Amino acid sequence: MPPPITGTVNVLVPTGALGAGIQEADVLAGLADAHAIACDAGSTDSGPAYLATGRCKYSRAAVKTDFAVLLRAQAKARIPLLIGSCGTSGSDAALDWMRDVALEVCAEQGLSPRIALLYSEQAPQLVAQRARQGRVKPLPPMRDADPALFEQCDHIVALMGPEPYVAALEAGADIVLGGRTTDTAVLAAVPLMRGMGAGAAWHAGKTAECGGLCAVSPREGGVMVRVGRDDFVVEPLRASNRCTPYTISSHMLYENSDPFQLHEPGGVLDVTQARYEAIDERRVRVTGSRFEAKPYTMKLEGASAGQYQTVMLVGIQDPKVLANLPRFLGQMHEALIRRVNEAMGASAGAFDISLRPYGYNAVSGEVDPQQPPPREVGLLFVATAATQELATQIAKTCNPWFFHMPLDREAELPSYAFPFSPAEIERGAVYEFHLNHVVQVEHPLELVRTVFVQGGSHASR
Amino acid sequence: MRLAEACRYVRSKNAGPFWITVDLFFPDRAAYDRYVDAAALQPERIAALFGIAAEEVKRFPVPELQVLKISYPRQRPQGGALERDMHGGQQYVRLLDLEV
Repeated sequence: MPPPITGTVNVLVPTGALGAGIQEADVLAGLADAHAIACDAGSTDSGPAYLATGRCKYSRAAVKTDFAVLLRAQAKARIPLLIGSCGTSGSDAALDWMRDVALEVCAEQGLSPRIALLYSEQAPQLVAQRARQGRVKPLPPMRDADPALFEQCDHIVALMGPEPYVAALEAGADIVLGGRTTDTAVLAAVPLMRGMGAGAAWHAGKTAECGGLCAVSPREGGVMVRVGRDDFVVEPLRASNRCTPYTISSHMLYENSDPFQLHEPGGVLDVTQARYEAIDERRVRVTGSRFEAKPYTMKLEGASAGQYQTVMLVGIQDPKVLANLPRFLGQMHEALIRRVNEAMGASAGAFDISLRPYGYNAVSGEVDPQQPPPREVGLLFVATAATQELATQIAKTCNPWFFHMPLDREAELPSYAFPFSPAEIERGAVYEFHLNHVVQVEHPLELVRTVFVQGGSHASR
Repeated sequence: MRLAEACRYVRSKNAGPFWITVDLFFPDRAAYDRYVDAAALQPERIAALFGIAAEEVKRFPVPELQVLKISYPRQRPQGGALERDMHGGQQYVRLLDLEV
């Protein structure tokens, strides 16, 4: 049995995202040693819709089930529980949604923790004002910080660092539910608060951001990070799982455009000199991580609803069509645009029709001349227009042509295979990300509002 | 040799809503040394493949992991009206046939 690791601040990271699934046994396995439980509950990874609408990607039941495990663990061990980027986007509405789920669990289980809520959503007009003052900078590939960009966002969130979490814990919070926060900061907060090394704390946070993804079996539970002054150790919660120097160091590649330098609020984590060493079959020690302090900035994320889409799908098995797909698709696209212009005229507004043959080149958009035609394709029709009604009217106008378009004008009319009635499916709004910027702040809590609520009582803002 | 044969694993993924990142995992140090500087993996060639400017392509050789990481900006931000690969998870496929 290897000797215990002492003098560290240990953070139990139960999952890569609250709502993705947590096994209570994994959490209990690490609880005796843990000084904090931390994970996040959000990301931009699944696209702009979650920020633009404030809705959570995961189901309420999934989030509640995970919450129940963590709230019980928090009550049992009496250690801080930190959740970042609540409700996927970390917008105010998403945080309130998760607050209500947490309070429901508290009421059902008779728990009464003191809960801090960290709000970091920003009014678009106020961000535009800061942009006019020159306090907002673009990040590549963006080149400017035009105030209009901020005003067109429905929701803007600023990514918090660890400081608001630390302040909330110092003010007596048992649980901190955060709006949008860097994944890393949520995990680094307690080690930083308790005086551990900044390089080690931030690098440990980065390593454990996706829970078990830095272990050999990513789906087998979460991990524990033990953060010291100059090093940290990573260990999976489940006895059957392992971390190796390879799995730990290669995690720096994941979802980062730069594997060596990570920009965080208040500085840059530099892992160029980091060394990864196995201390036994399951645990890895990391040394040499550095954190260089920089003027404090917070990254901004902003999204809005733009146009609307209506889609239709047909299956095509006609061998002649499949042997001539590029020509067929070109002719069809032209005919559909012409038909909408004839039937709807200017009333259609600025619209787009996209034909995406799944099974052929829908994902790449490129034709491979070496490949034989497939046996069938699913042809997706996507109409994009200013309103849902217009998008649907465009789809309905195109429907007979989409249904019966022959390869050659003189041929008899085919009927392609529709799977649904009605044929048209209203997809709702199309959402867009608009921002890749940072805002300069005087201090880390400047753009953050903290509200306390008590589990076991009704909360309102 | 095709890149698919030179690597043991190739993957692509979002790195935020504005960047795609591709990781090329070579099977050993010898293969990494042989292919990391291949002409097909230079910014000009990658840029042409993905329809972007060569100066926007970032290359990160990671010899300790025998990995070449390549990052490039998306042509359009993730998730808009014309999105075809929300997570960028299939973008690596067009690299597989590159002769290295």
